[in-house]
This record gives sequence, structure tokens and C-alpha cells, in this order.
Amino acid sequence: MTALDDQEDLEEQFAQWRHYVQRRRELHQSDADELEDHLRGCVDELVAAGLRADEAFLVAVKRMGRLDDLSREFAREHSERLWKQLVLTGGTDSLEAETRSRRDLIAMLICAAGAAASVKAPELFGMRLAQDISFYGPNASLFALPWLAAYLAWRRQARRPLIGTLVALFALGAVAANAYPLANTSQSVVITSIHLPIALWLVVGLAYVTDDWRSSRRRMDFIRFTGEWFVYFVLIALGGGVLTAFTVGTFQAIGIDPEKFITQWLLPCGAAGATLVAAWLVEAKQSVVENIAPVLTRLFTPLFTVALLAFLVAIGWTTAGINVEREALILFDLLLVVVLGLLLYSISARDPLASPGPFDKLQLPLVLSALAIDVLVLLEITGRITEYGTTPNKAAALGENVILLANLAWSAWLLLRFVRRYTPFAALERWQTGYLPVYAAWAWIVVLAFPPLFSYV
Amino acid sequence: MKVAKDLVAASATPMVLGILAEGESYGYAILRRINELSDGELDWTEGLLYPLLHRLERLGYVESSWHSVTGERRRKYYHITDKGLAELAEQRRQWDTVVHTLKEIWLGPGNFRLLTAIPLEGKA
Repeated sequence: MTALDDQEDLEEQFAQWRHYVQRRRELHQSDADELEDHLRGCVDELVAAGLRADEAFLVAVKRMGRLDDLSREFAREHSERLWKQLVLTGGTDSLEAETRSRRDLIAMLICAAGAAASVKAPELFGMRLAQDISFYGPNASLFALPWLAAYLAWRRQARRPLIGTLVALFALGAVAANAYPLANTSQSVVITSIHLPIALWLVVGLAYVTDDWRSSRRRMDFIRFTGEWFVYFVLIALGGGVLTAFTVGTFQAIGIDPEKFITQWLLPCGAAGATLVAAWLVEAKQSVVENIAPVLTRLFTPLFTVALLAFLVAIGWTTAGINVEREALILFDLLLVVVLGLLLYSISARDPLASPGPFDKLQLPLVLSALAIDVLVLLEITGRITEYGTTPNKAAALGENVILLANLAWSAWLLLRFVRRYTPFAALERWQTGYLPVYAAWAWIVVLAFPPLFSYV
Repeated sequence: MKVAKDLVAASATPMVLGILAEGESYGYAILRRINELSDGELDWTEGLLYPLLHRLERLGYVESSWHSVTGERRRKYYHITDKGLAELAEQRRQWDTVVHTLKEIWLGPGNFRLLTAIPLEGKA
């Protein structure tokens, strides 16, 4: 072996050592540099004393002691490093990553400003937020979501056909929101206001997954994104609430009433901007912070299971029928959404290859009890509709109920087969991701076809 | 002989500050110097030295700067600040008191029997 080979060998060993050090969260890049210099000093001295390079390396590493002990000592001085910090800009070690995150931040700020401006733009044409509910309600999602889709498409460098599709779908959404002659008080305004955001959110999903829209994995990523986005949005909203409270309080103390500013500017523009900020946070922190939605799922799955089972027992005990008013139907729809969410976000965080555990078994009673409750509700409501005729509200709620019921029923079946080890977990995951277009299709049907079907009631 | 861990930890700060008061230096050289001065009796680990240097930097007793040495290799040098010199003076005063007191106890008049007894017991 020549001295040159020796040197190459040594460099390789150093590279490997660096790799180990860099995996330690307690040790930063500069610490790794400092320790490497130390190690090299030690090796040089041992080589000068007559050892061969590889022997010297082994001795030097041995002297430095176990990496565990070393990082523990570092952690005592730098305890903040044990908390994963979301560094918004700067602080990253490589220059390339830093320029990238800076560009991301700027693009997000532009899009957020665009979304906020979009909210106020209709006022130039004489619209008033307080009065024109039939305009602002259905159009609410059209202010922020196109900007969100644009931001995501920009980040993923979407190609032209996809951009064209996105533009076309948002245009279609604008048509659905504005083309029909609906009165301020009509049921269809409310229905469209609820369903258009769902339809457009799935268009955002298209921008999120870009070219791989058929891939089950990418769709699952979008589901994860949705959950985290929601958590962040709620957190930002809470912060916004505190900000609002202080603004109102302090200004009122000096005799100025900021209510108009709050309701006309801060809330609508803030909500539109927060849509973008939340998405940007999720994208930026993807690998930094653990996902919180699956944690909430773990916490609440047992609690919801107990609540639903208790409700079923109470129905059986009292033999009371469910009093199905319109609100009750919506309530039970939301219940199914929550159960589906619990199922979805535990799927999203699960290792697909792991064998069924106690938590998977716990989900089965949750889904089954939700199904049982829903069947009771559904029987009641179909009786009502055949008796009194239907309205857009009832038809939409009923449609959602059927869609969710179908999803959960098949999920329960797949879950049962998975727990008994007949089918792999991937089947359940594929079922859920494959179902996303169904939600999209239904939401589009409701916003496009319902108003004419029910003669613009 | 192994110096107790607590004693090593307590004496580390004045030692590092003292070495840096002689001129700027870097981790490995500091470690070598300690080893040399104590005839190999004080065996500091990297896990002791580097976090200590970082702590002294955080407290403002030392400042650091990167210099490049041979090729791409970079080395972090530490040099003592005025605040560090003041701290060193304070620590020195305290250590002088401790050392002086110990000397008085062990070497003072009337106590020479205790002093001679220690090595005798050691040999037995």
C-alpha cells in the first residue's frame, strides 16, 4: 500500500466519521468541523510517532470516546438543540438551501399579498363585504385558493398542461359561483359557499401532487398536507384572535373604535393571507417538526370510540328514535367527517409494512359504531324526504351522507380483513386515496348542477 | 492516580482561561498543553473541553474565529476577551485562597506528622 492509498483511505474514514457526527442533532456543522480538526490533529501526531494512518485514525477515534457521550456533553451546553427549531430563513448550513428558502419566502409573501388584495379588489366594483353576501359567500374560496395553487405550482415547477388545467378549473369555479341568479337568502348560496371550497381545495391538491396525480403515495402526501395545513391555520387564527382583541382593547382605550378596520380589513385579508402562510409553513417544516395531526388522531380515536359506543348504548337503552331535523343531519354528516378524519390521519402516519397492532383494532369499533349510528339516521331521513319532498340542503346533506357511508363501510371491511391479516395495509390506503376524486366529483355536481336542478331556490 | 471528576470540572475554567491568556489557541492544542503541564495526570475529554469553550464563548469570556490551515482544513481559534481576563483574575484569587488554605493545613507548623503519615500508609 502506498502513502497515497493510505491518504485516500484516511479521507474516506473521515468522511464516514463526519457522516455519523452530522446525524447528531446536538452537533452542528461548525462543531463537526471543530471536532474533525481535533481528530486530524490527533492522527497527525500519532502518524508522526510512527503509527500507520489507519491505525492512527482508530486510536484517535477511540480517544475521542463514544459519540453518545460526546453529544450528551454538547447537549448539556446547547440544550436548545434538542428542540427541533423551525428556522424560517438563514441559519441553514448550505448557501444553496438558504437562497432556496429565501426565494420560497418571497414567493409566499407575494402570493399572500395577492390573496389579501383579491379579497379587497371587488370593492373597486362597488361590492360591500357587509351587504353582498350572495357574492362574497360563494366567492370566498376564489380569493385565496388560486394563489395557493399558484404558489404550489411554482414551487413544483408545474408544466404547462397542468397550469392550463388549474386555470380552467378555477375559471369553472368562478362560473359556478357567479353565473347563476341567486338571491341573498337562497339555500343554494349557502350550499355553493360550502361546496365550492371543497372542490377548489382538491384543485389545490392537483397543484400539490403536480404530475404524479395518479400516484397513491403523492395523494397521501396531499392528505397529510391538508391535515397539517388545517392545524397551522387554526393556530394562526388563534394568534390572530389575540391580536384582534388587543387591537380593539387598546384603541378603544383612547376613544377610537377600530371595529370597521377589523371586520373590513384585518379579518378577511388576514384569513386569505393565513391560507398561504400556513401552506408555506407546512412545506418549510415538512422534515423539521413532527406532524401533529396524527398525534391528535391517536389522542382522540379512543375518546370518540367511547362516545359513539355510549351513544349507541343510550339509543338501545331508551329505545328513543333520533329526532332528525336539518341541523341533526348536518351534525351527523360532520360526525362521519370526523370519524373519516380519524381514520385517514392514522393511516397517513402509519408504517404501511407494520403488522396490525392494538390501535388498528381500536379503529374497527370506532368505524363500526359510526356506521351503525349513520344507518339509523339515514333510515329516518329518507322517510322524511319521501314524506315532505326535498330541498337543496337535504339533497346535498343526504348525498354527502351516502358518500361517506360508502367510504366508511368499505374501509371497515378492509380494516377487518387487515386486522385478520387477509389483506395488506396498502389496500386501505389505496382505497382512501382512490376515493378523493369522488369527493371532488360530488362537490362539483353540487355547485354546478344543484342551482338549476332546484330552480335557483 | 485519577483526579476526581468534580475537581476536574471545577478547575477546568481557570485552566482554559489561563492558557488562552498566554495567546490564542485551539481545542487540540489546549488539550495537549493541559496534558503536558499535568504530566498526563489530567486526562480531559473532548466532551469536557469543547462544550466548556462554547460556554465560555456564550458568557463572553472568549471569542472565536475560523482560520484556514493547510489545504481545506479550517481551525477554530479562541482568544480571551477583557471580560475573560477579569474572570480569570477573580478565579485566580479564589483558587489562591483555596490552595493557600490547603497548604496551611497540610504543611503548617505542628502538622508535619500528618504529612509524613500519608506516604507511609500508601506504601504499606
